[in-house]
Amino acid sequence: MRIEFKDVSVSYDELHALAGFNLTVGSGESVAIIGPSGCGKSTMLRLAAGLTAPSSGVVLADGEPITHPRQEVALILQDYGLLPWKSVLANAELGLRIRRMSRKLARERAMAALQQVGLAPFARMRPKELSGGMQQRLALARSIALESQVLLMDEPLSALDALLREDLQDLLLETWLERHHTQILVTHSIEEAVFLGQRIFVMAPRPGRVVAQIDNPRVGEAGYRSSQEFFDRCTQVRDALHEGGAR
Amino acid sequence: MKERKVREAASKGRRALIHDIARYTFAIVFVLAGWEITALLLKTPALPTPQATIPVFAQYAVAMWPDFRISLWRIVLSLTIGTVLGAPLGLALGRSPRVDAYFAPVLYILYPLPKIVLLPILLVLLGLGGAPKVALVTLTIFFQVLVVMRDAAKGIPEQTVLSVRSLGGSRLDVWRHVVIPSTLPELLTSLRVSSSVAIAVLFFAEAIAGSTGIGYFIMQSWSMVNYPRMFAGIIALAILGVIIYEIFDICERRISR
Repeated sequence: MRIEFKDVSVSYDELHALAGFNLTVGSGESVAIIGPSGCGKSTMLRLAAGLTAPSSGVVLADGEPITHPRQEVALILQDYGLLPWKSVLANAELGLRIRRMSRKLARERAMAALQQVGLAPFARMRPKELSGGMQQRLALARSIALESQVLLMDEPLSALDALLREDLQDLLLETWLERHHTQILVTHSIEEAVFLGQRIFVMAPRPGRVVAQIDNPRVGEAGYRSSQEFFDRCTQVRDALHEGGAR
Repeated sequence: MKERKVREAASKGRRALIHDIARYTFAIVFVLAGWEITALLLKTPALPTPQATIPVFAQYAVAMWPDFRISLWRIVLSLTIGTVLGAPLGLALGRSPRVDAYFAPVLYILYPLPKIVLLPILLVLLGLGGAPKVALVTLTIFFQVLVVMRDAAKGIPEQTVLSVRSLGGSRLDVWRHVVIPSTLPELLTSLRVSSSVAIAVLFFAEAIAGSTGIGYFIMQSWSMVNYPRMFAGIIALAILGVIIYEIFDICERRISR
């Protein structure tokens, strides 16, 4: 599914969270959005998820305006959005149950998704009994179970330590290579953006806008993380961030 | 393997039960000892010793049963109506800032008002039967539950609501999957805490007006200067309190497990 932002502005009172924002994410593409706090990254995701309406302009999914949350679009929030009073399995099947899928089928699909992220043995536990990395896996399992065509992620790994982060970045990459959904990743981490984004958009605040676009076509190739090109790309993103901040 | 687990769980349950019984036995012994000592020190007919009272309690148990049943029914009915009205309204206020802006001041005026002062009005309006008593206790519970649920609903993290909405959840789904389950423990706590207030209010209402209920039984014994009979009534009221409190305590532990 293709996601387009056409001349989108969002203002809260005096504050321009986004101004004249344009971005097209092709079907099956994985893009990363990076920028300082307050540059409208999260607002952009909420627009795509249909949780916020633009003040002006339009956000399209396959050419249709997004006016409310859609079945095909899944959003993973910073704190994972897990429900602490439901079991791991119930959390994984929540989206399916909301879509009125039968209990049996929902359970099957949720279990398969948990299997995929390595959480099947923990199905009966509560989220708070899981580590941060496992909670993140669970949030991913929930969107895998939904078989969503678009995966939106708002700093999904920011609460994790460095090694765990790399593990989960690998998992996100594998999942994307396997399913080839459209993916928009908002992150603070330069390495994460370069590891997962085929295109990297650098944003700047006040008002929120895109200041640089960096192509990164080797995403998904084996050994990319330790290649010279990976480091060069990181430097390029870092420079763009500094430039954007200075403006 | 599985068998062992089941056996382990069973023995764990048995141990918990034994523990509960031990706890209550200790509590009863403690209260009786305190009672005995106070009665021996005061040496007044108004405070008979437990030895004098317990046989009387047994003697009056059958006679008290109808009044006990009436009081229990009034408490259960009031708790139910108060919750059914107060909980949804409290949640609705907590979830919608716009409505809350209007109703919060109303709440601030009415909440601290001791509902018990309304008893004379209720007696005039509803007569001397069960209705004014149930109405009074219901009012007490209603405001307790309303305020607690409003705060509980305000405390729901917006991220949790967003996550359900982003999964395509409707308003109804948000209530079903987030608002209700996340505030249920607080509802039970507030009911457990306010059940003792409810019983106090009921006692007062029954003592003041009408001719039914444990409150009436106690005050009638008092006016007959039959102190053992009065104490039999007090024990019955204590038992009523324990029953209500334990029900909520059990529910609470089940849910928060």
